[in-house]
Amino acid sequence: MAADIQSFTLNFGPQHPAAHGVLRLVLEMDGEVVQKADPHIGLLHRATEKLAESKTFNQSIGYMDRLDYASMMCNEHAYVLAVERLLGVQVPVRAQYIRVMFDEITRILNHLMWLGAHGLDIGAMTMFLYCFREREDLMDAYEAVSGTRMHATYYRPGGVYRDLPDTMPQYAPSKFRAKREINRLNEARAGTLLDFLQDFTERFPKCVDEYETLLTDNRIWKQRTVNIGVVTPERAKGLGFTGPCLRGSGIAWDLRKKQPYEVYDRVDFDIPIGVNGDCYDRYLVRVEEMRQSNRIIRQCIDWLRQNPGAVITGDHKVAPPRRVEMKGDMESLIHHFKLATEGYSVPAGEVYAAVEAPKGEFGIWLVSDGANKPYRMKARAPGFAHLSAMEEMVRGHMLADVVAVIGTLDIVFGEIDR
Amino acid sequence: MSEPATDTPPPPSRLETLADTIGTVCGERLRRVASIASELTFEVSPSQVVEVCRALRDDPRLSFQTLADLSGIDYLTYGMDEWDTHSATNSGFGRGVAGLGEVETPVAPMERRFAVVYHLLSVNLNQRVRLRAYCDAGEPPLIDSVVEVWSGANWFEREAFDLYGILFRGHPDLRRILTDYGFIGHPFRKDFPLIGHVEVRYDPEKQRVVYEPVSIEPRTLVPRVIRDDHRYEPALNGRAAGAPGKPNGR
Repeated sequence: MAADIQSFTLNFGPQHPAAHGVLRLVLEMDGEVVQKADPHIGLLHRATEKLAESKTFNQSIGYMDRLDYASMMCNEHAYVLAVERLLGVQVPVRAQYIRVMFDEITRILNHLMWLGAHGLDIGAMTMFLYCFREREDLMDAYEAVSGTRMHATYYRPGGVYRDLPDTMPQYAPSKFRAKREINRLNEARAGTLLDFLQDFTERFPKCVDEYETLLTDNRIWKQRTVNIGVVTPERAKGLGFTGPCLRGSGIAWDLRKKQPYEVYDRVDFDIPIGVNGDCYDRYLVRVEEMRQSNRIIRQCIDWLRQNPGAVITGDHKVAPPRRVEMKGDMESLIHHFKLATEGYSVPAGEVYAAVEAPKGEFGIWLVSDGANKPYRMKARAPGFAHLSAMEEMVRGHMLADVVAVIGTLDIVFGEIDR
Repeated sequence: MSEPATDTPPPPSRLETLADTIGTVCGERLRRVASIASELTFEVSPSQVVEVCRALRDDPRLSFQTLADLSGIDYLTYGMDEWDTHSATNSGFGRGVAGLGEVETPVAPMERRFAVVYHLLSVNLNQRVRLRAYCDAGEPPLIDSVVEVWSGANWFEREAFDLYGILFRGHPDLRRILTDYGFIGHPFRKDFPLIGHVEVRYDPEKQRVVYEPVSIEPRTLVPRVIRDDHRYEPALNGRAAGAPGKPNGR
């Protein structure tokens, strides 16, 4: 009697907490086994690329933060690299070290967000709390340098907006926190930003050990992730995988090593790779990446301490002169006015600039027709390619594994829908 | 203070070797076009795009097994200004000026208006190449799908169809992907206004979401498009950055 009901359709999201934002997934189920998965995306589409076409080049930097809103500065990085390559601007080496340091801070931020959310999705509630504890410190580093905790707009074509500050924002007394607790928090924040980050890099490896104690050999964690969503190396390449998803399948591909930009060829780090290409291997890869990022930050701190200097190009046709100079110098005033009202023209041409963002290859394809705004700007989001492989990864798995696969792909809808 | 180039593009000799190899493999089917020093760009005709892509993927000397990016582009207003700024204007550079930024749809289909751009990546050999295929003139623009070459092209082609209205012949599932269910038009075309055509709101009387024509005025955010600007030339000519430059005298 019931035999003629073969399969049924299940709507997953867009308001499901494990949908990581606004993913609507139409699943065709046979019992509890997924037959077909059809992700519907675009619920967060803001036409960032079209908006960029009507703005000067610098006005779009802030939009980049809002693409992948869990790894803000890496998006900015790809964009400013594209503009710089078309302009032919030289970036001071100190700015390059600052960018590398903040790229790696961003990578840790992103992976902590991912680890917490992924853990929460498949039953490890505690992870979320631990990860957000460390994220808070890195958010403070963002705030110290740019004034905002998330959408920094810190990278500029030609360098970075300002040099690293000598003071850190402090916790103010409040009735919700004991005085002793506040003193403890402010103790690490007494010195410069670099002191604070150095303190962080000393603490952080122990924190990663804690995460691993909770998860790596955890029987439940392994049951949920081992042999789930297996991707072979050949398929990973054909599907356009990059970043930890490609490395999880055993391919040692990392733009920081293979096509180094900024000063990545001067810092020492390793590329972790997986073996089986399942969710568990991708987890191991990302956890090891956090340790490697910590290493890179350490090297950047040492270099930055010893090498003061300019952090943005002195070419005032691209980057404005110091504000103080503007008060007394006519030419500086003109530069400021010109840059603020009409920006700068970029030579006609096109460029594809890619960075190794925490999620994979984040690329900006920028076409200029010689005007002071882009003719076409396309953001190549790693998550877009990863999510398009969703159907292939979940077919034949159970419904509960869909959540594990969504988590392991590390998708953020800001960049997928753009 | 300026240091050697921020990023290390592959040495030119390697790029030229790659260009030669691609030339031997694809022959007449590809035409090299100028691009910045660290990149390679080729043009391919839309009818040959699939065989060329397959050759680029399968030849062991090229091994482009990953399609990093595929996107559409509309060359309708390339090099055109919204506002003629050569002489004085008596209407002012007000932001709320209506009609600016509106682009007329050409009556006859334009040659070389829509193009599809492929960014290929070889993970094995660590090399990249860009292909550009102009769609045949006509509405809708048509091109062959490369989904059978790279499965990763599926969503990228759906996106190009959604945003530019480019039809991909042979695509297994060419639906809209980013825009709303039931959306009309292709929003990234240059003749599609930035503010769109419709806006949505919840109508408490009808107790559902209703679509209405947009009520906002188009705004010109960058009133002046400058193009004949010599400010950036010193940077290109290799003059030391930071040397005093002449302000843009007009």
